[in-house]
Amino acid sequence: MAALLFLEQTLNGLQLGVTLFLMAAGLTLVFGIMNMVNLAHGSLYMVGAFLTATFAQWTGSFVLAVPLAVAGTFVVGLAVETLALRTLYARDHLDQVLATFGLILFFNELVKIVWGPVAIFVDIPAFLAGRVELIPGAPYPVYRLVVLGVGLAVALGLWWLIARTRVGMLIRAGASNREMIGALGVDIKRLYTLVFALGAALAALAGAMAGPLYVVEIGMGDSMLIKTFVVIVIGGIGSIRGAFVAAIIVGVVDTFGRIVPAQLGLPTAIAEMAIYILMAAVLFWKPAGLFAARA
Amino acid sequence: MLRRTILAALAVALPALAAQPAAAQQGVKIGLITTQSGPNAGLGRDMVDGFNLAIRHAGGRLGGVPTELVVGDDQFRPDAGKAMAERMVQRDRVDIVTGVIFSNIMLALSDTVLKDRRGVFLISGNAGPSELAGKDCHPNFFSASWQNDNTHEAMGQHMTNAGIKRAYIMAPNYPAGRDALAGFKRFFKGEIAGEVYTQLGQTDYAAELAALRAARPDATYIFYPGGMGVAYIRQYSQLGLMQQVPLFAPSFTADQTILPGVGDAAIGMFASTYWSESLGNPANQKFVADFEAAYNRIPSPYAAQSYDAAMLIDSALKATGGSLANKDAFRNALRAANFQSTRGPFKFNTNHFPIQNYYLTQIGKDEKGRLVNQMRGIIFSGHADAYASQCKMR
Repeated sequence: MAALLFLEQTLNGLQLGVTLFLMAAGLTLVFGIMNMVNLAHGSLYMVGAFLTATFAQWTGSFVLAVPLAVAGTFVVGLAVETLALRTLYARDHLDQVLATFGLILFFNELVKIVWGPVAIFVDIPAFLAGRVELIPGAPYPVYRLVVLGVGLAVALGLWWLIARTRVGMLIRAGASNREMIGALGVDIKRLYTLVFALGAALAALAGAMAGPLYVVEIGMGDSMLIKTFVVIVIGGIGSIRGAFVAAIIVGVVDTFGRIVPAQLGLPTAIAEMAIYILMAAVLFWKPAGLFAARA
Repeated sequence: MLRRTILAALAVALPALAAQPAAAQQGVKIGLITTQSGPNAGLGRDMVDGFNLAIRHAGGRLGGVPTELVVGDDQFRPDAGKAMAERMVQRDRVDIVTGVIFSNIMLALSDTVLKDRRGVFLISGNAGPSELAGKDCHPNFFSASWQNDNTHEAMGQHMTNAGIKRAYIMAPNYPAGRDALAGFKRFFKGEIAGEVYTQLGQTDYAAELAALRAARPDATYIFYPGGMGVAYIRQYSQLGLMQQVPLFAPSFTADQTILPGVGDAAIGMFASTYWSESLGNPANQKFVADFEAAYNRIPSPYAAQSYDAAMLIDSALKATGGSLANKDAFRNALRAANFQSTRGPFKFNTNHFPIQNYYLTQIGKDEKGRLVNQMRGIIFSGHADAYASQCKMR
């Protein structure tokens, strides 16, 4: 593979990686702190994308629509947590899978009822629609660079939140040992609700930015969800740092995994298997993931 | 007093009972199985709306007899589609099963319908797998749409005619995707610069498109239905490839289920098709105008095929006097295809698959500023599928 193509694919991999990180950060916190398997995380990604499309139509501005959609999904996250998920914390993982799978079906139908069954259109704002020739001979869409930038900024912001604020301290403690912080007098219910809604907001941001890039359709979160689970398993449940590192690795491996096997004459199916082979290899070496958070 | 009451009751009941047998024999019950949930729900919606419009055009009575339509969701799952077929055939006792968008679902339910002892007909409104066109053809199976390979064969022929030397071809990695590129290569005589199968449902094509650009093809041919198509075309345009490497696709990647989601990025793309919203024949003009008036959107081929399937059934029922009692007579009436198709000339081959024209279209804007397929010419006149010789029927 030519050096320039290699660079361009690396850039693609990084951009996919930060999108995965936005999804994985929320999911790993929910799994790590609340010990809950939340399959509906992909649905929150979808809701974020659809709300962005609608707000963009109403306000005429994509840049304005994104924070509105994130706020809207934050509220949806609050509602889902208090109404549907509160009773599930104490229950078996399998019960949680069943309930949150039901939420996936619920959200898919809800979106179909509100927005109709056909994919809807979200435009990249005109000032971001161009290309830059970062790599000679390979014009790269400005919008993808913006997604990459926003993802890295959010990663930095999350690091600051987790490492440097009181709330972050509570989150880290909760991921490490949930019972202990309850015994130390922290209001667990409020913390859980906050963490869940924060995860929803991050997923919504991922969906909002992905909409103009890919397609805004029913069930768009489901395939993203599978990759996200691979990321948090590789990175270690409950660890934001692990989610970031794993997301970048998975993004790059998936991108190259789709291109390299064909060049080596290997069967196409290998491309789809690349990240799962990676996950199996990591788990073989480190069963708890790269940066396990649990004490 | 009691005797008078009984006599009065009999006087009312007997005529009603006498009327029963005649009413029970007339009428046709049709089961339509399609995808109504998930990302492909838009395709199913067009199928149902197209069929209902045909029933309305026939005055609520296909072939002049009371028509009952039962619609079922296959949820894009072969097992659910098969279960739905079982329910319709055995519990609802439908006379005809139609619809079915996806080939894997069609192959899963075809036996359930075709092997039923009552002699139920299966008239496909979309899926046309090569098995049912060739070695597994069945007297009670008809395709009111096409055979899977045909639209791709047409574009392969056109790109050869247009003098394109090196083509880069891509499709999802599932049976219809593989059939598509096989059909394309059957008629494209240039060099294949790259043949790439991507994951079914994939929406990020950045990596594949970077590799495509590095391969420097003269043109690109893709088959990506539904959301995959929307995502691919948008990203192709975002990378600036639409101006450098012309994009060709079959109608499934360029119809009204895709164009609203893609937006202006699709302008300039070429498509091969058996039907387009711009075809000028009178049956189509009426269909498109009434569809837009009734449903407030431009129809896609899924709606047109479904409409044609209903009109085909209507024509056959008219020929048999509204009766399905004689299966052979009904089958011969179907074979005659004595109806005005929205696609123009239409007749059946020996394997019950259509022989029809294939056209070239290009995406542009109509006078109302909407994205439509604009006619650019005819590729094949009276094209038959490649599997008819393998069919041992009659």
